[in-house]
Amino acid sequence: MFTTEPNTDLFSPYSLDLKALAFERDDRMLFSDVSVSLKPGDILQVEGPNGCGKTTLLRIITTALSPSAGQLLWQGQNISQVRQDYLHNLLFLGHLPGLKQALSPEENLIWWRRLNQSQVEYCNSEALARIGLRGYEDVPCSNLSAGQQRRAALARLLVTKAPLWVLDEPFTAIDKQGVSELESLLTEHSARGGMIILSTHQDLGIPGIKRLPLRQESLGQHSSFTMDVT
Amino acid sequence: MELGFFAILRRDLLLAFRHRAEIANPVIFFLIVVTLIPLGLTPEASRLAEIAPGILWVMALLASLLSVEGMFQSDYRDGTLEQMIILPQPLYLMVLAKILVHWLVTGLPLTLLAPLLGMMLSLPEAGYIPLILSLLMGTAVLSLVGAIGAALTVALRKGGLLLSLIVMPLYMPALIFGASTVQRAVDGFPVDGSLAVLGALLAFSLLVSPFATAGALRVSMHG
Repeated sequence: MFTTEPNTDLFSPYSLDLKALAFERDDRMLFSDVSVSLKPGDILQVEGPNGCGKTTLLRIITTALSPSAGQLLWQGQNISQVRQDYLHNLLFLGHLPGLKQALSPEENLIWWRRLNQSQVEYCNSEALARIGLRGYEDVPCSNLSAGQQRRAALARLLVTKAPLWVLDEPFTAIDKQGVSELESLLTEHSARGGMIILSTHQDLGIPGIKRLPLRQESLGQHSSFTMDVT
Repeated sequence: MELGFFAILRRDLLLAFRHRAEIANPVIFFLIVVTLIPLGLTPEASRLAEIAPGILWVMALLASLLSVEGMFQSDYRDGTLEQMIILPQPLYLMVLAKILVHWLVTGLPLTLLAPLLGMMLSLPEAGYIPLILSLLMGTAVLSLVGAIGAALTVALRKGGLLLSLIVMPLYMPALIFGASTVQRAVDGFPVDGSLAVLGALLAFSLLVSPFATAGALRVSMHG
């Protein structure tokens, strides 16, 4: 259901480097010295216990947050210099699905494609059918189950030309079959020369996957204000 | 470049249409309050006419304030704001589209309804055209200014009170010049001057507000 035809147009060469990224919030070091070099075809799984900063790291990669230290390099250049070009090449699916509840999956896909100037020859109903939402194209998202809403958001993966996918917990609420379908979709994207960074607690059956374990910084290293006040 | 603007405009107009009942809230509030004034105060035409310009303007302002809180709230909660911020599109144009939709669904209906309510408050005839003109520009200023406050407080769970405190002082010039436009017209003075000031306020907030709002949204999303 998730499978796509092999895409012949390859992505132009690109690379993404995370250089000594660190993030500090409320005088508390969430993570530090995160360095990874990624090349086309790489799948990076960010893992770690709850609250270790997986979502924060992904949001830094999407440029929605700026790191406290370190830098992000796209094509070897600092992200602040090539932000527009970088964002053109990026697809982000956050923890929240980013769907308008009053709109149907198809309408949601339409506005998202318009905003992203997605010019893939792939019609919306076809993408929704492949993602497992056949017959639900016109149902408002508020009437769909959590798993179906997640699928409606994941339909964007089929209509994007962006090589870099940043997915925050994409497997949430998805059934077993959906998980294996999504895995094969990710594998295909990587085989086409795409790059994927995702956070999940699931053990993925994808060979050659890179892992980035985030560990909670030990409290002793930092200032005495490390107690969580929230 | 304008793509983001029109995509957001179409999406939000469609959403507004789907949420018709919620959208009607500020308009109905405006209607109810103005209906209650003659009952609570006095039905005497001459005394109502005296306070009509001020009442109409104050109520339009409160109705606009009532609705401005939701401008970015749903986008923030369902994650679409997160998506919008990292789009390769200028955020200020998308913000401008959202402000325009807010004005189209609150400011414009309030303006169109105002003459009818003016009649209920026995507003003298000379006041109608200035009332419409001042509300037309004034409600746009209110939407633009309110957007800044809405963006600053979007990440707060109960930002309503804070939002009012932030935008109220900024609403004052629009209220003062708006209400005085109508009052001056009723008293038989020329109104070009105060209408021009309202126009200047509109031009200024149109220039500044989308940038300030976009910046405020980025700050809010950093939290």
